[in-house]
Amino acid sequence: MSDAQTQLEIDREKGNFRYDVDYEFDAGTGLTEKTIDYICDVKGEPDWIREFRKDALRKFLDKPMPTHWASHDLENIVFDNIRYYLSQGQKPKRTWDEVPDEVKKTFDRLGIPEQERKFLAGVEAQFDSEAAYSNIKEAVGKQGVIFVGSTEGLKEHPEIFRKWFGKVIPTGDNKFSALNSATFSGGSFIYVPPGVKVSHPLQAYFRINAENFGQFERTLIIADEGSEVTYMEGCTAPKFDTATLHSAVVELVALKGAKIQYITVQNWSNNVFNLVTKRGLAMEDAEVKWIDCNIGSRLTMKYPGVVMKGRRARGEVISIALAGDGQHQDTGAKMIHAADETTSNIVSKSISVGTGRATYRGLVNVPRHLKGCKNNTECDALLINTNSRTDTYPAITVRGTGNACQHEASVSQVSEEQIFYMQQRGLTEGQAMSLSVNGFVNDLVRQFPMEYSVELKRLIDLEMEGSVG
Amino acid sequence: MIMAASPVSGVPLMEGALVEGRWPDWFVASRKRGWEDFQKLPLPLAKDEKWRFSNVKALALDGFRYPGAVSNAATLVERSTGLGESAARFVFGNNRLLSTTAPAADLVKAGLVVMTLEEAAAKHADLVQKHFMAQEAKLGSAKFAALHRSGPVAGVFIRVPKDLVVGKPIEIFHWVEGENSAVFPHTLVVCERHSKATVVDCFRSSDDARAFACGVNDLVVEDGAKLDYVAVQQWSPTTNAFHLNSTTVGRDATCLGMQVNLGGKFVRNENYSRMVAEGARSDMLSVNIASDEQMIDQRTFQDHAKPNATSDLLYQNALTGKGRTVFSGVIRVEPGAHKTDAYQKVRNIVLSDDAEANSMPGLEIEADDVRCTHGATTAQIDDREIFYLEARGIRPEAARQLLVMGFFNTVLDRLPDEKLRGHIEGLVEKRLHAALLA
Repeated sequence: MSDAQTQLEIDREKGNFRYDVDYEFDAGTGLTEKTIDYICDVKGEPDWIREFRKDALRKFLDKPMPTHWASHDLENIVFDNIRYYLSQGQKPKRTWDEVPDEVKKTFDRLGIPEQERKFLAGVEAQFDSEAAYSNIKEAVGKQGVIFVGSTEGLKEHPEIFRKWFGKVIPTGDNKFSALNSATFSGGSFIYVPPGVKVSHPLQAYFRINAENFGQFERTLIIADEGSEVTYMEGCTAPKFDTATLHSAVVELVALKGAKIQYITVQNWSNNVFNLVTKRGLAMEDAEVKWIDCNIGSRLTMKYPGVVMKGRRARGEVISIALAGDGQHQDTGAKMIHAADETTSNIVSKSISVGTGRATYRGLVNVPRHLKGCKNNTECDALLINTNSRTDTYPAITVRGTGNACQHEASVSQVSEEQIFYMQQRGLTEGQAMSLSVNGFVNDLVRQFPMEYSVELKRLIDLEMEGSVG
Repeated sequence: MIMAASPVSGVPLMEGALVEGRWPDWFVASRKRGWEDFQKLPLPLAKDEKWRFSNVKALALDGFRYPGAVSNAATLVERSTGLGESAARFVFGNNRLLSTTAPAADLVKAGLVVMTLEEAAAKHADLVQKHFMAQEAKLGSAKFAALHRSGPVAGVFIRVPKDLVVGKPIEIFHWVEGENSAVFPHTLVVCERHSKATVVDCFRSSDDARAFACGVNDLVVEDGAKLDYVAVQQWSPTTNAFHLNSTTVGRDATCLGMQVNLGGKFVRNENYSRMVAEGARSDMLSVNIASDEQMIDQRTFQDHAKPNATSDLLYQNALTGKGRTVFSGVIRVEPGAHKTDAYQKVRNIVLSDDAEANSMPGLEIEADDVRCTHGATTAQIDDREIFYLEARGIRPEAARQLLVMGFFNTVLDRLPDEKLRGHIEGLVEKRLHAALLA
């Protein structure tokens, strides 16, 4: 389809609206020690957090931009123009009625309260820097599950929080994890007690409303021995002419025999730099599974990782990326095998449309003297237009005998024969293309919870214009 | 004259080279530029993506010098045996020509040119000037490419004229002798339209001394031509070696390039293959054995500049002892290069607990309607396979060797010249035997 004038239209408009909001607390633009003091004072944080943040700021300033391997588009982020903290009040509300109208309107329009009633065990809704709403179903709370914002978590559950905070992803892991550690606000803190299986997903919804804003949520999920939890996050922002920054740090800890499933549907507007560090720690017989779908943003750099620290631990990353005009989805996975008989699986599918660019970057490491470790990596890329681009950069290190790693990647396009065949049966070219693309990702989409997979299919529902040349 | 000292230790790396050879002015000027570039360019750093997983500490050039003549040229010439039958044979020792066996009269009459690069620089200045290191070293070793350019290259220029088929391989031997000797082998092959040839480079050490080799080859395969090129590297186990290869494949032309690494301590190969017209095909093959504390670091680039071209890469490594390998490859499909069919596969077989295999197969695709796939696998010999062979009375060591040779044969079998294949198989088997015993 070298001369195809095809256009894929994806529903990125869903989150493109905003209501004016008066912010009570605004740290102004730029990032200095004063910004940090302001955030700490507003949030009333203990001294160790203040120190932690300031140390992180130094690390952030010290570290160069990783442009020796990453996109030079990063150089377009002007850190001095960004607002690092914006909020109306600190305490998230427990009922939607208490949430201020303009914020509630936003989440209503995104359908959050409705979803909560239907199928969620708990919801947190973050609006710019702080959670506007956070609630967990009574029955789940009674099981001892904690689901609060990160600020509340560190204040009210320091004994659990501090033990793991910053342990999976050290502050200096990369420039953006340092930035998040310096400025973090919002995000979730979840603790699931031993043996508790949370039957319905917990959900967080992240909304950026303000222009020139940086959102730095920090999430820490601890699944105690034998417990199970599924967490979902969604994100949107209105489209501004200026760049918006979203830089989260998400740490997961699955203790012995625990299972954590973390699902992301990222649909930021395409002025958002989405630079996220996500990593899970899986102890003996534990399982961490990242299901990641990236549709929005201008540049996403996100490589969810699993450190398999205990015997027979398992890590999995399922990733779908859709890169449209002007977008760069630089996604992937990291699998660090640190114990015997650990297994990991990476399945990544990307679709590049128009001038979109999808990149897979992966790292698999099996160190010395481990036995019975296995990794499987599959990356498939679909190119829709002549000028679409895709890259694959995996790095696989295996030391010693007794382990097996395999990696496979392919690049293909929707064949003209397929389209022709479907058109013969009365489908328009657009419908045919849409069906093909949905078929390409179908086996992964099915791994999302029902409600999400329906939404995803709709998101990837493609409208076709023009013809195959 | 190039008088500057080597920047690394104050020991003039090139001093002895200055007085040797009669090179034309343009070549001397190019050497000067090479030396300037070499001094200007920094040594690679560990964090450089093109040196990821490598050992940049191995790159220090301290102590290496331009060597004197070899002590016993006649013995080395005698030991330069490979295939038995060849179309032409050139033997170099410490950068100096030791012996030549010119091609048969009918081939010469048909226009086949096989001569030293030095002679060709004068007699075929236009071709040499056009193709000598024409491709910029993009895969990380620009500094060492500059060093090679500045250096007293020793090598062969081969021009296979239009329509000529050279049946037997052209063999080139490069020997290095003595502690800290630095050699700069260069092979430049131009296969003109619809011609066909096989060229074999053999790199050998005459002793166990620590040496430095910085070799480059330029392979130009014009429309409809076919070139098979094999480099068999058997430097001493203490030698640090670079071999930078650049291949240009024209319309409906085919180039098969094979790197066989059996020696060296730190070995870096950079293989760049560019398909410049439709119907071009490049087969990039490699067989590597890394044992003891050897490191074999290979970077490849399959550059599809035009549509309807094919490239097929298969690199296979066997690792024992504390052997380490790095494979980093990129398939690049430039905008407009539709109907590209590109494949890239690296397979590692790890035979010891201290060995380490790093694989970075990469794709950069900027055109649709292509078929590009890559794969990387790392595993070990299946105990059940050993058991199966043992049950048939084969000792476990022999069974291991048999299985690894079987693994390598999937690459070696791609060499069309049976005699050449048999010869290389013998060398690989011998080296493997020693590596498995170690």
